[in-house]
Amino acid sequence: MALPSYASPVQRTYYYFYLFFCTVVFFFLIAPLFAIIPISFSVSPFMVFTEGMLAWPPDPEAWSIRWYKNMIGDCSADVVSSTVPCSTKWMVGTVNSFYIGIIATVIATALGTLAALGLSRPHMPYKGLIMAILISPMIVPLIITAAGMFFFYARINLVYTFTGVILAHVALATPFVVITVTATLVGFDMNMVKAAQSLGAKPMRTFFKVIMPLILPGIISGALFAFITSFDEVVIVMFMASIDQLTIPKQMWAGIRQEISPVILCMATCLVLLSIFLLTTVELLRRRSEKLRGIKAR
Amino acid sequence: MEVTISTAELLTTDGIPLKQSLRKAERRNKLRAFLLVFPLLLFIIVTFVMPIGDMLLRSVDDSQINSVFPNTFEEYKNWDKGADELPPEEVYKSLFFELANGDKRQIGKALTRMNYAKSGWKSLIKKTSREIKKIVKKGEEPVSYKDTFIKINKFWGDPTYWYSFNQMVNDRSSIYYWNALDRTFDEDGDVVLQDEKRRMYIKTWLRTFKVSVYVTIFCLILGFPVAHLLANLPLRYSNLLMIFVLLPFWTSLLVRTTAWIVMLQQNGVINGILVWLGVISDDGRIQMVYNEAGTLIAMTQILLPFMILPLYSVMRVIPKSHMRAAQNLGAKPAMAFWRVYLPQTIPGISAGGLLVFVLAIGYFITPELVGGKDGKLIGSWIAYHLKTTLNWGLCAALGGILLGIMLIFYWLYNKIVGIDNIKLG
Repeated sequence: MALPSYASPVQRTYYYFYLFFCTVVFFFLIAPLFAIIPISFSVSPFMVFTEGMLAWPPDPEAWSIRWYKNMIGDCSADVVSSTVPCSTKWMVGTVNSFYIGIIATVIATALGTLAALGLSRPHMPYKGLIMAILISPMIVPLIITAAGMFFFYARINLVYTFTGVILAHVALATPFVVITVTATLVGFDMNMVKAAQSLGAKPMRTFFKVIMPLILPGIISGALFAFITSFDEVVIVMFMASIDQLTIPKQMWAGIRQEISPVILCMATCLVLLSIFLLTTVELLRRRSEKLRGIKAR
Repeated sequence: MEVTISTAELLTTDGIPLKQSLRKAERRNKLRAFLLVFPLLLFIIVTFVMPIGDMLLRSVDDSQINSVFPNTFEEYKNWDKGADELPPEEVYKSLFFELANGDKRQIGKALTRMNYAKSGWKSLIKKTSREIKKIVKKGEEPVSYKDTFIKINKFWGDPTYWYSFNQMVNDRSSIYYWNALDRTFDEDGDVVLQDEKRRMYIKTWLRTFKVSVYVTIFCLILGFPVAHLLANLPLRYSNLLMIFVLLPFWTSLLVRTTAWIVMLQQNGVINGILVWLGVISDDGRIQMVYNEAGTLIAMTQILLPFMILPLYSVMRVIPKSHMRAAQNLGAKPAMAFWRVYLPQTIPGISAGGLLVFVLAIGYFITPELVGGKDGKLIGSWIAYHLKTTLNWGLCAALGGILLGIMLIFYWLYNKIVGIDNIKLG
């Protein structure tokens, strides 16, 4: 990608401008995520860089972990501020988010993997149509999904229940599992299944002993996608969840909407760390999966 | 040596014709494949497709009010608006009895519906209902129902109230769709524009399109060079830089939106830097959030990965030798780019562009939070009617129109890219 030695000054200028432009875009993509991290450690209840934080040498008075204490429900005197409410809501939300997310992930992964196995078979009838239906929850705007589900689930008394929220999240998460697992199955050598069966393995045994170990990275990636979908989902919970089903996104929404509270930034920092962790895991899994299936790195 | 070709049917060892046996096996295989998909298909149909269908039915459904005032509406249809200024006596009479004997809860629901057609109905009927109950209690039978009504409230002599019945007299009606486009029915049941002060949806639809087009263009301008850089760097560098694209993709939408509020607000990071640099004065801080600019900036950053990833996957496979060959043949770099490189990236541009556009028109969270008053998109109206006004018919109609637009664009996407080519990460 380096510039050839015969490049003219004009080309040189263009090239450096191009590199500069790309740097700016990368900065634009990533800077907001990292700007919130230092602010979450501020003493001030306003979401800004205070003068003390920018001072040199650093002023230890300007930094604190009081909002993190607030987030985990520690409402002792040095933490509480008159403008920022302190409650256990954030922790309740975290527990609920994990509860809903994990159950939804398990169901979505099981259903999605089965469906992906079926869709990858050469004999699958009406493949295009079925695929379109299965991934439609990913395509339809969330606000439409939320409206439709709210009307429908209200009729069968599932609104404001955990069951309703979980069902909705499973529906939203399965497309990600289907897509990821189907992609893993593209390079799958079907002869291995035939070999296993000709050696006398029953279908179940073939699946668990031959297919599953090979596509496991794909399944785990799909599960992580499913989990993050449910974990970050806010529109459905806004309409379908009551205060009993408070989740992190719902509490963050309330935090941004009503009480501009610095605690949001603490939770946001935790979520950025979580996404870094998930991204790394998925990337490692992808490489492993390509190795397993004998696909050379591009 | 003589070869005889048997024309007799081929048989399997069981004596079944081979063709039939193969077909049976084929059918069994199809069924097996289908059985694997079936649980999820059923699940998605019940939990997702049926709710959406239910919403679409609701958008044309006006049966509740028709079950409350069946006779009134029946008589109303006989009113010759050219001849009489006010509806005939029978309409008043039917309404009298339907208000006197109707179920209170059902009437209450119907009143809410009537208020959507014309504000003022609710209080008018409530007041009238009370008076009617008094008359019924006394056991009097009014001589003229029409005069009784007008005596209770002079608005009963105002034909504009009666005209608004036109919007409600049918079980299945397209009125909500017309409302969603700022149209209504006039006294003859023809479609006309709403009153000036009730027109807000066309404006929002146009803004939704405008914002989506701008976001798509910005994403293309910002995403194209970056995708090009990623596609042409050696793999170990591009994999590293790819993190910059994928990390926002994996981070919660709310986190990214919050981050933009922190960046763009009046005492936020960007204004702070500008003041520090001396570009603007301390009291000249720019309002960048809670308006359309905020929506544009935040949505561009949030949707940018959806542009970069398809562009990247297309650019990755364009041989580098093409540009060199073009320049060897005498093309200036700009010419070579325009005539040789750019045409080959068209599939990526259309895939990314359509994806970003389609995602943008359905966006709700970000515009709602950073859009302020003039940056909200159509999704905000859907949420507003769903949660606040409870005008579910209109909510469903707005959703139905949005869904229709999405489906058209996805059909296009499918034609150009293929829906099963969607990849993640």
